Amino acid sequence: MTTSVTRRRVTEGVVGQSPARPDGVPKLRGEFEFAQDLRAEGMLWGATVRSPHARARIVSIDVAPALAVGGVHACLTAEDVPGRATFGLEHPDQPVLAGDEVNFWGEPVAVVAAEDEVTARRAAGLVEVVYEPLEPLTDPAEADRRDQVFRRLQIRRGDQTARGTVVVEGRYEVGMQDQAPLGTEAGLAIPDGQGGVDLYATSQFVHVDQEQVVASLGLRPDQVRSHPTGIGGAFGAREDVNLHIHLCMLALHTGRPVKMVYHRSESFAGHVHRHPAWLRYRHEADSDGRLVRVEAEVLLDGGAYASTTSAVLANASYFAVGPYRCDSVAVDGTGARTNNPPCGAMRGFGAVQVCFGYETQMDRLAEALGMDPLDLRELNALGTGDSMPTTGQVIATPLPTGDVIRSLRAMPLPEPQTETHHSHLPGGSGLTTEPGQVRRGIGYAFGIKNLGFSEGADDYAQARIRLTTSGAVVETAAIEVGQGLVTVLAQIARSALGVSRVEVTHVDTSKIDSAGSTSASRQTQVSGGAVLEAATRLRRKIMSEHDGDDLDDDGVWRGEHLVVPWPSLADAGWAETVTFRHPSTTQPDDDGQGVIHADFAVAGHRAVVDVDVELGLVKVVRVDTAQDVGLALNPAAVRGQIEGGILQGVGLAVMEELVLKDGVMLNANFTDYLLPTILDAPEVEALLIEHPGSWGPFGAKGVGEPPTISSTAAVVAAIRAASGKQLNRVPVRPQDIALS
Amino acid sequence: MIVEFTINGEQVSAHVSHPGSLLDLLRDDLGLSGSKDACEQGECGSCSVILDGELVCSCLVMAADVAGSSLTTVEGVGSGDALHPVQEAMQRAGAVQCGFCTPGIVVAAVDLFGRNPSPTPLDIREALAGNICRCTGYGAILRALELVASESGT
Repeated sequence: MTTSVTRRRVTEGVVGQSPARPDGVPKLRGEFEFAQDLRAEGMLWGATVRSPHARARIVSIDVAPALAVGGVHACLTAEDVPGRATFGLEHPDQPVLAGDEVNFWGEPVAVVAAEDEVTARRAAGLVEVVYEPLEPLTDPAEADRRDQVFRRLQIRRGDQTARGTVVVEGRYEVGMQDQAPLGTEAGLAIPDGQGGVDLYATSQFVHVDQEQVVASLGLRPDQVRSHPTGIGGAFGAREDVNLHIHLCMLALHTGRPVKMVYHRSESFAGHVHRHPAWLRYRHEADSDGRLVRVEAEVLLDGGAYASTTSAVLANASYFAVGPYRCDSVAVDGTGARTNNPPCGAMRGFGAVQVCFGYETQMDRLAEALGMDPLDLRELNALGTGDSMPTTGQVIATPLPTGDVIRSLRAMPLPEPQTETHHSHLPGGSGLTTEPGQVRRGIGYAFGIKNLGFSEGADDYAQARIRLTTSGAVVETAAIEVGQGLVTVLAQIARSALGVSRVEVTHVDTSKIDSAGSTSASRQTQVSGGAVLEAATRLRRKIMSEHDGDDLDDDGVWRGEHLVVPWPSLADAGWAETVTFRHPSTTQPDDDGQGVIHADFAVAGHRAVVDVDVELGLVKVVRVDTAQDVGLALNPAAVRGQIEGGILQGVGLAVMEELVLKDGVMLNANFTDYLLPTILDAPEVEALLIEHPGSWGPFGAKGVGEPPTISSTAAVVAAIRAASGKQLNRVPVRPQDIALS
Repeated sequence: MIVEFTINGEQVSAHVSHPGSLLDLLRDDLGLSGSKDACEQGECGSCSVILDGELVCSCLVMAADVAGSSLTTVEGVGSGDALHPVQEAMQRAGAVQCGFCTPGIVVAAVDLFGRNPSPTPLDIREALAGNICRCTGYGAILRALELVASESGT
């Protein structure tokens, strides 16, 4: 061994820094492999036949015309599903392929495999499906009346007769938003020649995909391996199965690898959306502004199949009061089943919709009280040691709502707009806006959400650390969707092991247990917790085995001596596998009470908008934020989540909506579904409020969703301030401002 | 038909058998999968390439129409192992998240700096108005490109 080594404390790429992401350069060079880019020898292409009706009886399906096309190898229908006919993330109620009836526009009816994509799509168009159209149920309120629901959640807390002296009532509506990840659904299934299959497909949660493929293909669990794959964004759209089972069916049927990539219009039909919501609120306060009672009715349209409506409704109901104290609460939540497209997870699921309602109410309550709206919020701010207004759960983890409110309030405001260049005006390059008709408005909103899975879910993540000749390797099935998990897991491992050479690798479902879903702002805390514990244990065991006092890239140290060089550690095959669970939660009782959540985060947003009040056009100038992050493990990545999340909130506030008519999507493409561009992006100043959390690694809290919770409400509050309009529905359209 | 053109400095000839787009030709026939397909209708810029000096969405160009043209794709940005200053700055600024829009943004930014070495923040916004990013909120992308502008202007 060399003798000149000295101990090297790892100082680069550790927790609290913002190292560059390892997949950054491959992505910048176009070399990173996404599911869309996968290929295999002898690969076929798949295509999907979809229902043009929101509801219909399937009279007959004739696949012969498709099979007659040269190069077509298979055309499969419901009859060809070998195992369980249905799938679903929480309840398996959705047909793999529709059998007797279709229940939403775009529902898959048959799948085709052919030599190339053009042939597959042409053949899919030739499948003759005879439908008998039926009247679709598209009104969730009517579904509610017919008791056609996925879930009802009733919350009753405190003295139900409590009454305040100042009362504000309101009704609010939230349109259907799409996650619109840039990469559409894509995947490749490769048969293993022994009856099993390897699946590489866009996913947020490979283990739950694998379970559903196993069930519907009627295979043993060891016969299906789901591999984490490059994924072009998610935001909730990748939690549910879509093409996964189809690909595996086609691959096993043909004995060839099969690839499928959804076009954008199919992607809109092929994944779930943010639930549209109808909210009714009644807030009562005493004359000092203390909330005395809050009543809320929350109606979500779950669409045709269950997906995650149960969890989304839970969030909408439990967070219906917001980050405020109140001891008398009644919430009635309903997740309706209709013939609209299925809705499920999208960033902030459930918490986003109600925030628009309760924050509008708080502004109106302040107005009725003659109080400053921030004073009202500060007076009622929910904090550590308080009880959740809905569930009664005593908040045992740090929750700095008051600090968030005060910090945001203290941030400097921008100067009034004096620039008259068109790009600074609401009309933009349309050159429609006269500077004189522009009004500036400022609005605030605050939101709260749970972190991790709730309601008694067994929420866990497994991670493994192995020592190899090239350093420490972290193995996980936790999906990197773009948020930077691969960076932060490496940082955690470096800090806890004391080693600089750390690589995070993704392994398939046969090689490691579940990491749970990359959703609910949970992976940094849960998979991060597993990596921290694995690294800590591994280091401790190595120290104990070799009676060492330090570990670095060179090996184990005792005093001034390197007693075990790294290659020996690698040869010894040191490895540690940890399954991390967050503090347990309970299911709700009949009144919705219990220790329902493992952790919480709050955030606030202040929007500054310029509104062309004559034409109803809005320019979101600036959105500042203060966010409770626990401790920022990677400040640049946190900022990336904040800026990206805010812009999705801005999108819901002023432009993003999937428009349905009789259950049919009218704008399932990027020309008609408007997404914020760089010209729409406001300036953002973010203040990270750091009160280390109680169980995330190093005090970290999940940061992905809070930016999206209250940014929408803040933007609309600002538009109200500028325009004087009511604006009880999002997205706010020009006619809502100019013509209402 | 056989279509001959120059791509990233190399002369290629490709067999175009169906009325596909330039994007299909790049991805499926030439194995250049850096250009991404996200909307198929020229709205998102993920498939941006520089065609005879002009920034275009390759999904909107017929493959057969590039005969005799000179093309730069993301694979042709930078020299050898060295990153282009745009890529370098985006990596440092944290301007990459999921990465699906990233190649298109790199190409659009390279096109901008090729035309205007010292763009203003507004020039940058207008040049990238055709590239949708769903992850970053554009903040880190702007910071990266403003840094390139300030460095190239000195």
